[in-house]
Amino acid sequence: MPFNKHLDELEAQSIYIIREAYAKVNPLAMLWSIGKDSTAMLWLVRKAFLGRVPFPLVLLDTGMEMEEVYAFRDRIVKDWNLEVINYPCPPEADMDQTLPPATRAAMRKTEGLKGLLSEHDFKGLFCGIRRDEQGLRAKERVFSPRSLDGSWDFKDQPAEFWDQYTTNVPDDCHLRIHPILQWTELDIWQYTQRESIPLCDLYFAKDGQRYRSLGEKNITMPVESNASTINEIIEELKTTDISERAGRTMDKETEDSFEKLRSQGYM
Amino acid sequence: MNAINKHDKLNVVIVGHVDHGKSSLIGRLLYDTDSLPAGKKEELEGICKKRGVPFEWSFLLDAFQAERDQAVTIDTTQINFSTVMRDYVIIDAPGHREFLKNMISGAAQADAAILVVDASEGVQEQTKRHAYMLHLLGMKQIAVVVNKMDAVKYDPKVFEKTSQDITHYLQTIGLQASSIVPISAREGEMLVDRGSNLDWYRGKTLTEILDSFDVSNMLSTQDLRFPIQDVYRFDEKRVLVGRVETGILRKGDTLFFSPTNEQAVVTSIESWPDDDEIVEVHAGKTAAITLSEPIFIERGHMGSHAEALPMLSNVFKSNIFWFSEKPLKVGNTYRVRCGTMQTAVSVQLIDHVVDTQDLKKTEGASEVAKNAVAEITLRARDVLPIDPYTDNARLGRVVLYDGHNVAGGGHINMEGYPDQRKSSNPKSENIYKVNHSVTPEMRASMLGHYGGVFWFTGLSGSGKSTLAVAVEQAIFALNMNAYVLDGDNVRHGLNSDLGFSPKDRAENIRRIGEVAALQANSGVIILSAFISPYREDRQKARIAAPHCFHEIYIKANLETCEARDPKGLYKKARVGEIKEFTGIDSPYEAPENPDLVVDTEVNDIETCVEQIVNYIEANVKAEIIEEEIKNKKKDLSLVRA
Repeated sequence: MPFNKHLDELEAQSIYIIREAYAKVNPLAMLWSIGKDSTAMLWLVRKAFLGRVPFPLVLLDTGMEMEEVYAFRDRIVKDWNLEVINYPCPPEADMDQTLPPATRAAMRKTEGLKGLLSEHDFKGLFCGIRRDEQGLRAKERVFSPRSLDGSWDFKDQPAEFWDQYTTNVPDDCHLRIHPILQWTELDIWQYTQRESIPLCDLYFAKDGQRYRSLGEKNITMPVESNASTINEIIEELKTTDISERAGRTMDKETEDSFEKLRSQGYM
Repeated sequence: MNAINKHDKLNVVIVGHVDHGKSSLIGRLLYDTDSLPAGKKEELEGICKKRGVPFEWSFLLDAFQAERDQAVTIDTTQINFSTVMRDYVIIDAPGHREFLKNMISGAAQADAAILVVDASEGVQEQTKRHAYMLHLLGMKQIAVVVNKMDAVKYDPKVFEKTSQDITHYLQTIGLQASSIVPISAREGEMLVDRGSNLDWYRGKTLTEILDSFDVSNMLSTQDLRFPIQDVYRFDEKRVLVGRVETGILRKGDTLFFSPTNEQAVVTSIESWPDDDEIVEVHAGKTAAITLSEPIFIERGHMGSHAEALPMLSNVFKSNIFWFSEKPLKVGNTYRVRCGTMQTAVSVQLIDHVVDTQDLKKTEGASEVAKNAVAEITLRARDVLPIDPYTDNARLGRVVLYDGHNVAGGGHINMEGYPDQRKSSNPKSENIYKVNHSVTPEMRASMLGHYGGVFWFTGLSGSGKSTLAVAVEQAIFALNMNAYVLDGDNVRHGLNSDLGFSPKDRAENIRRIGEVAALQANSGVIILSAFISPYREDRQKARIAAPHCFHEIYIKANLETCEARDPKGLYKKARVGEIKEFTGIDSPYEAPENPDLVVDTEVNDIETCVEQIVNYIEANVKAEIIEEEIKNKKKDLSLVRA
């Protein structure tokens, strides 16, 4: 295995976080979007528990994921023998119609998450977000307490230092746990390559286009690229100045679309 | 210069007084190092134009509408940038006084700090407060930037004055700036480029200073500390997991666990995917191991090598910062976490509160307010494995929780506290401990209370016997089994062979300590009333009953006691009829850290009895202790098969 001190440190930190959550928070589940980040997170979970996944994975299913994504999910679930809760999100017609279209579509996942939390009594949810993805996610804590409806008050978060996390929350709250918060997009790709973690084909360029971030088919666009291997993707990332979520239309419909989404419980 | 691995990322926190230009500095640094996405500056200039406000470099950071509206950085933000030398993560910590906890969250993750001081305003309140926090967080690499030099016409005298002020303050708290550099973030002078207005400055630019900082740590060269994070059972195998905090853990090592004093050999280092080549784990990495013996181990226990053990103690001092709305108070109970260990502690004493402005120490405070800094003494029910901060920076620190909320944190200071690890081994090798099948919990559920040793100490005539007898009566009236041990019922039997030489006195107290411990184990509340003048002897008595020993100082000065003289002993001692009488011609060493102080000079007997009875009840009542055990069990219930 190629030596990379930085990846080793990130891996150790993530495994420590995952084991902390398992020791202190119960019951747990992990949100798996089937994308590169949450699949890397799933790999880290298997490392932490020596090949096992001791809690269910949750897929918030809008029915709008791309076909290749569903096919990849089915393959991994079978190969890795995973327990998955496929949770259907409420239809778009039920969303706040004053929201811009892509934000409205993204809201379906937020509402799906609320439904999941009211049906299952999960005290902690692993979530594969990263600080470098978006300005708002940069403000996250590793263990982030939420009220039942998922709302997040970024102005008054608990202090987090010396690897001691907020693991006790009142009965009507839950924790979002972010084991790969500190990773960058480049880290994820280098780790995926080093560990040979399987990925959905859509990340690799075909006919001059590839997906840099996977979302619902109606609100996610491919970017121009000829990178058809992980090596080429890593090279591309080292030189690009196009942001990762450039293909995610919901982020930029209004200046504060993403902030609104997150304050209401989006991942 | 050392070769720097591009993979080593340096985390830098930026602190300083509000409006001294931290966010502008970051914005400009991103721009000057070509770390911004294409068009970002133009996009923000556009927004500014639309809103009719002048462009500010700090806007680059203000990802939120909320921030732009309030013009105050709300929370710690992380931003990546790189120089030719390496990658950096900037942690922007807010300067607003209310946001101390965010600053700490940010600064605690940093390898180095930049302290920003406004050239025209000089050293201000938060400059000092933040520098003090850096000191408490153990920051060693600090660059000071004197910003807004453009506003003082790049005057070297202004820079000189500010440099002297900050250097002086840092020195008084034991810090030293690696460099002090004059800059103008607005004009981009001396960040990356030297610019043209600061020619008189011959030192390094800010990025050159950052590039000279070191990310390597020497944690692997320290003594091994492997705090157990969890215990998993997989296919008949019991796997202990945790992170090696310091030192190196090797297959074949004999690990010694604290506080249980048990040991076993590391038989395997487990990994997935399987990798038999892993035979050692260095500091900072996680490990999963199996052991040669099925010894009792749970989360919070500490693995180390037998030749370099942590201390054991149930009391320690901590230099803390406190940011909870509710002030920390003497007598209050908080949850404390250290590594993977968690336990309840009570605040025994606030030694002093520190004013971070003039560094004055105020003694005798009864509470520590929000955002204050103090040295406090904390006491736990059980002995804990402890490393002082000066020995182990990773584990010599605690985080305090009040209910669900993180409330403060600080370094552990063990100066003046003895190691409570039992060092004296029994003389005969053929002694085996009987394993009781009746547990303390079972006894407590039958009796309604736990046993304990309540050790009264004080001068002759301070009121020990009087109070012990009255407390025995009061406790008994509450349906609890209490028993007074005093000179009369010990000297005549168990210790009839002992006189009053220092050696015999020590042996007298040792035996009493052991008897008290045995009785306490059987569920009795022991009230012992002996002068017990030497700290060392009382410490031995504590070690005999480490889980349930309580030192109660019955306080009255010599004058008062001599005036009381209930048995006429002082008179006899004064005329030389009694030799080596404590207080007259033999010393009394007052307790340094008693669990309870009962002042019989100030309070009447009833008040004192009530104080002691309340204290005893709180420490033996089954339901109070069970609540704590339940909390502990909650942790254990997650160790699933």
